[in-house]
Amino acid sequence: MTTEAPGAAGKTTTEDTPLLEVRDLHVTYRQGGNDVPAVRGVDFTLAPGDTLGIAGESGCGKSTMALSLLRLQDRGARVEGEVLFRGENLLTTAWSRLRAVRWAGASVVFQGAMSALNPVRTVLDQIVEPIVLHDKVRVSEAERRATELLDSVGIPARRVRGYPHEFSGGQRQRVMIAMALACRPDLIIADEPTTALDVMVQAQILELLAESVRESRIAVMMITHDLSLLAHTCDRLAVMYAGRIVELGPSRQVLQAPEHPYTRALSRAFPTIGDPASRRAPAGLAGDPPRPSRTSVGCDFADRCPDVLPVCRTGEMQLWPAGPGRSAACVRALPDQGGTP
Amino acid sequence: MSAAQVLSSQEVAAAVPARFAGVRRFARAFRHRPSGVAGLAVLLLFSLLALVAPLFIGQDQLDVTKVDGPLLSAPSGHYPLGTDQAGRNVLLLLIWGSRESLRIGIIATALTVVIGAGIGIVAGHYGGWVGRALMHVTDWFIALPSLPLAISLAAVLGQGETSITIAIAATSWTATARLVRAQTLAVEARPFVERARALGAGDWQIMVRQVLPNVTPLILVSSTLTVAGALLSEATLTFLGLGNPASITWGEMLNNAFFNGAFTADAWWYLLPPGLAILVVVLGFTLTGRAVEHVLDPRTEDRS
Amino acid sequence: MTGRPDESSTALEVRDLSVVYPAARGRGPARAVDGVNLRIGKGEIVALIGESGCGKSTLARTLVGLVRPTGGEVLHEGTALDYSARGLKRYRRHTQLVLQDPGGALNPKQNVYDAVALGPRLHGLTEDLPLTVHDALARAGLRPPEQYFDRYPHELSGGQQQRVVIAGVLALNPSVIVADEPVASLDASVRGEILKLILRLRDDLGLSALVVSHDLGLAWNIADRVAVMYLGRVVEQGTVEEVLLRPQHPYTRALLSVVPTGADDWRPTLLAGEPPDPTAIPAGCRFHPRCGRWADADPDTRAAGACDRRTLPVLAPDTSGAACHLLTSSHLENA
Repeated sequence: MTTEAPGAAGKTTTEDTPLLEVRDLHVTYRQGGNDVPAVRGVDFTLAPGDTLGIAGESGCGKSTMALSLLRLQDRGARVEGEVLFRGENLLTTAWSRLRAVRWAGASVVFQGAMSALNPVRTVLDQIVEPIVLHDKVRVSEAERRATELLDSVGIPARRVRGYPHEFSGGQRQRVMIAMALACRPDLIIADEPTTALDVMVQAQILELLAESVRESRIAVMMITHDLSLLAHTCDRLAVMYAGRIVELGPSRQVLQAPEHPYTRALSRAFPTIGDPASRRAPAGLAGDPPRPSRTSVGCDFADRCPDVLPVCRTGEMQLWPAGPGRSAACVRALPDQGGTP
Repeated sequence: MSAAQVLSSQEVAAAVPARFAGVRRFARAFRHRPSGVAGLAVLLLFSLLALVAPLFIGQDQLDVTKVDGPLLSAPSGHYPLGTDQAGRNVLLLLIWGSRESLRIGIIATALTVVIGAGIGIVAGHYGGWVGRALMHVTDWFIALPSLPLAISLAAVLGQGETSITIAIAATSWTATARLVRAQTLAVEARPFVERARALGAGDWQIMVRQVLPNVTPLILVSSTLTVAGALLSEATLTFLGLGNPASITWGEMLNNAFFNGAFTADAWWYLLPPGLAILVVVLGFTLTGRAVEHVLDPRTEDRS
Repeated sequence: MTGRPDESSTALEVRDLSVVYPAARGRGPARAVDGVNLRIGKGEIVALIGESGCGKSTLARTLVGLVRPTGGEVLHEGTALDYSARGLKRYRRHTQLVLQDPGGALNPKQNVYDAVALGPRLHGLTEDLPLTVHDALARAGLRPPEQYFDRYPHELSGGQQQRVVIAGVLALNPSVIVADEPVASLDASVRGEILKLILRLRDDLGLSALVVSHDLGLAWNIADRVAVMYLGRVVEQGTVEEVLLRPQHPYTRALLSVVPTGADDWRPTLLAGEPPDPTAIPAGCRFHPRCGRWADADPDTRAAGACDRRTLPVLAPDTSGAACHLLTSSHLENA
């Protein structure tokens, strides 16, 4: 069973129809007899070739949200809303269709490369298999393509018959990226692809990912907690807090002129070296990250917000427009509150 | 700025958690697991019966020379589980037999846990040649076949519960030791052991205060399985004639039933009860063990 | 801030320190720390920066006496460390370790009170123990402290867990804290709070600290001096301003270049190859196989530098500077 439009030829979608459209996505876990909302109403769209970064702290629901798009969430989680991939709702479509999408439409780069690779098979075999199954080519042809692919991510041909444990963490993550690219997907979801890696390797991997994407117009959804990293690799940025997107917009603008106080705190968390304001003055945010099991009335961020207003405790927050292509879930971003300092 | 000074030392001391707060939390969580409660109830019922048995069962009802019941008679109002080949009440035998069977099971398990956990933790903690030597001893015991060991012990110490208990303990502690050693290695690799060492803890303090609490759940769970295994081993060894023929255990009952024509006489009431009793008690231990395992794992604990 | 730290007196110093792990699994012995001089002044915060596998964590553990050096010595206030059980125990009241992963550093079976009381109990300081624990928690920023006593680690957030670990250290009243990646596993918004706490402990209690990290931003945020480590050696050191604003060593420059700046022209200098291997340290300058300056140098400079053959001297503990042949020769040329 395969997709109707194989590989590169499948890019029939035009500029106006989004590749991925997520509408009012909710993910709810059952834990100890209680409903724990991990994702509480997320909307966004992704056009072909778009790169979207999703930032937020642990427990904000960013990984859960991303994985639930392909129905990869944990068992026992309830997913509601719509996930339209090339117009098709992945949440209700048949398993066979979903499998086809997972094969060739959208692939995932998981955070733990070691556990995501099969330890008893060579990396070449693991990349050849999906190519053979999906593109119905001969094994020799698939091996040629896989070797090329591995070479393009910096794994030399002489090493492709090695087993995962023979590679370093950075190399394994490169293999994962090659695997994700193997069936020429339209969308790559990268879940903290560089978290366990060194700064130097991290920069290499991100550069590699950005390059692969630039060449092939693959859309990317990248999830990390490091805002400044995302700003360099993604065109747009979504900041999540307590299961909701609190700010969305072009990366540079979001990073340099955040509308939401939480984004502001995140962007200050990692200082600019040489900036006298942050010398011997680390910036943090008092209070603790929210727990999904606890939900409150009003803005979820109110308890930690340095500029909280009375209305924040009572009013319902939503993503309000805040400039061209931007939106923020903060009452201060609203025009009638704009004058407040 | 610091509200700390406002509180007196008595007030602070009052907030110090009680020593056995953990036990109470455990008990509360255990109550929410019906299968575990059922298992524990079965065990308590059997233990209670075993403890109070001397109050209503006298030697005249157990001694083959003193009983006057009908021989191998089917269950009736007077004999709810029938009688054996000597005319004894099978129900009373069953209750009396639980005393010896449970005693052997529990003592053998206690020995197994103490030896196995002790050697496992020491071997895991020290590593090096100490650990290797201890593991070689363990391997040597693993190779020891239980049946011939029990037979030779019976020859040396005489038939009876002592040799059976020792035989069971000698062959089952190795599994616990291996398990505990593996878990000790895993626990020792975790940062809190390094933290304790950096704070100044010595080997003994690390083994007792850091490692032991973290291997205890495993020891508890494995010991419930060991009890079950010990009960079955007891039945096997006694059935094979290594027990003391004069004492009454469930294994001995099976042995008697088998060799005194319960089969040919179709006396199911003599064969089934000891077998079922073993089954129920073993099940009780396993259910309790599984519930304990669930409750002790902090990740499955209810976070209310 | 309570004035400049007292630079004249030394809290902790290592001289020519080396730690070699014995050969294992068909590989040669690993020279994790290979000749390091380092000094931490009283009330000073020193950041030790490097990639994983550079030996920075081993160095941290050697400083607190968890790893015994195979060469050189650790000096605490001028006296060499005594590795007898009694000597180590005494030493541990003064120098304490804060680990990277606070979730793992707390025994899941121990509540907060017992976790913080662990140190004082081990050293027999049980008089007024509840008050000691209470004050330590308060100083670590968990208020009101008594409400945390009966909590278990899994009920706390990562930031709170790290505060409990720090409180456990403070309960012993140490003079030096060695922190191994204290914020690496914490959320971005909590990171700053923990760093503020370390700064405040220095200012209020006069604690000295060595903070080990891969994160140069952390050094900028809290440290007075920085040492950059590569493959078992310190390759560059100096004040934060010197090293981070005017980096000399090509490795330091590369590390600085990969920190995202948010600027449009951010172009990281990517080093070729994977993180280095302490079982196979290259001859000459240990950085030369990955060094861009060496690779791009003209033949004359290469001949003069001889980075692939000539051994580099070990940096002296208190100097500012970088261990680089090319740097030295170009300095000579300029001079």
